Amino acid sequence: MNTTIRELLAKFGKLPVAIETVGDDADLYAVGLTSFASVQLMLGIEDAFDIEFPDNLLNRKSFASISAIAKTVDMIQDARKVA
Amino acid sequence: MNFPVKITEDSFAARAARVVAIAAKYADTVDFEGRFPQEAVDAMKAERLLSIQIPRNLGGESATTTEIAELCSMLGQACAASAMVFAMHHIKLSSLVEHGADSVWHADFMRRIAADQLLIGSATTEGGIGGNLRNSICAVHVEDGVCRLEKDATVISYGAHADAILITSRAHADAAPSDQVLTSFLKDQYTLERTHVWNTLGMRGTCSDGFLFKGEAPAQQILPKPFAEIAAQSMLASSHLLWSGVWYGIAIDAFSRAQAFVRAAARKSPGAPPPGALRLAEVSNLLQMVKSNVVAGLKAYEDAKANPDKLSSMGFAVAMNNVKIASSETILEIVNHTMLICGIMGYKNGTPFSLGRHLRDAHSAQLMISNDRILGNTSSMLLVHKQDTSLLG
Repeated sequence: MNTTIRELLAKFGKLPVAIETVGDDADLYAVGLTSFASVQLMLGIEDAFDIEFPDNLLNRKSFASISAIAKTVDMIQDARKVA
Repeated sequence: MNFPVKITEDSFAARAARVVAIAAKYADTVDFEGRFPQEAVDAMKAERLLSIQIPRNLGGESATTTEIAELCSMLGQACAASAMVFAMHHIKLSSLVEHGADSVWHADFMRRIAADQLLIGSATTEGGIGGNLRNSICAVHVEDGVCRLEKDATVISYGAHADAILITSRAHADAAPSDQVLTSFLKDQYTLERTHVWNTLGMRGTCSDGFLFKGEAPAQQILPKPFAEIAAQSMLASSHLLWSGVWYGIAIDAFSRAQAFVRAAARKSPGAPPPGALRLAEVSNLLQMVKSNVVAGLKAYEDAKANPDKLSSMGFAVAMNNVKIASSETILEIVNHTMLICGIMGYKNGTPFSLGRHLRDAHSAQLMISNDRILGNTSSMLLVHKQDTSLLG
């Protein structure tokens, strides 16, 4: 999953640094993810994983790092399996 | 300078009322001369209103944002510039109160603010960032426990009159523009070289000149939290809510003048409804919308305060953006209506119905963080945020 997220970050994240230099736990906002780019990234992730982010997960924490995004996506997919 | 403690036995409103009387007396002079409302700010200090937000254990009175918004509105009815200085000070203070209590230096700073009634200024604007305060060009340099910062601050709220300035910058020389920190500098830790003069249409008394800021201070004065979090969790809400309090004050005072005008006309010709009466009813309707909007916003903030996730959620940001857009746009409509009601008596300066200052001050509301920028920000969030469809939720 992290590979897909990295691809999406490279496409939508508009980061000022190369995606390869960003660790899985690096703070994406500190690396330069703007709020507008983060919305584009969210849309891209919704599309790629065929999910919709519920409002309670639309906050900074859910998108703070690559692993945080993966965790958020996992959580939504798990919830769907249960339902 | 130490201020007597005994007056704090009075309620906030009673203390603010004494400041209002002084602010009202000098409002026209402050506006005309474009000078700082020193008398009103001295009165705020004498009434110890600059520290009410600080927690009791640090020498303050633990006032809520809602209580402070009410005082902003009271002051706004008398002198919008004084009210805005008070609001800006408390917006800066909210960053310290919400994010600085765990830092020894910042806790001590709050004690000093309370003891000496220090006025805190704000320097978030910088030449070249295009008005986006979530970006910085300048960077703070830390070496051997000392931080140094130089910033081309095109606007510093009441810069020359502040006792300390909270200033944004990039976190270090290699940081991205959005990787920012907020540093407190005390007056004897910085120099200001004036680069722009605040000669404006309205809000003239805030004296928010532009300066080249050069500061040097111990590095622990950098707030140990990313500014992005501070902005989302305390600054966004407190700015939009306290500004809206000031703006409501401008609008309700304009309404009161128009109402007095209509009542005088009604008394002069009993039986015939005065021409402005219907319009006054319209203004009353608009005022109620602004008030409901601000009160609902305050409630949302007080409810979310204990929950950092909720505070940094999109739903909350959209709600706060909407409060700001609605109050800043509607007060212009309100003041314009009251001008139509009062006619030439409202247009002229120096009458009991004069509204020129109100109109000019009100025009700042749409520009203090441009409404176009805010709408752009909301529109991008609405691409993923789903609106709550319940009436009460």
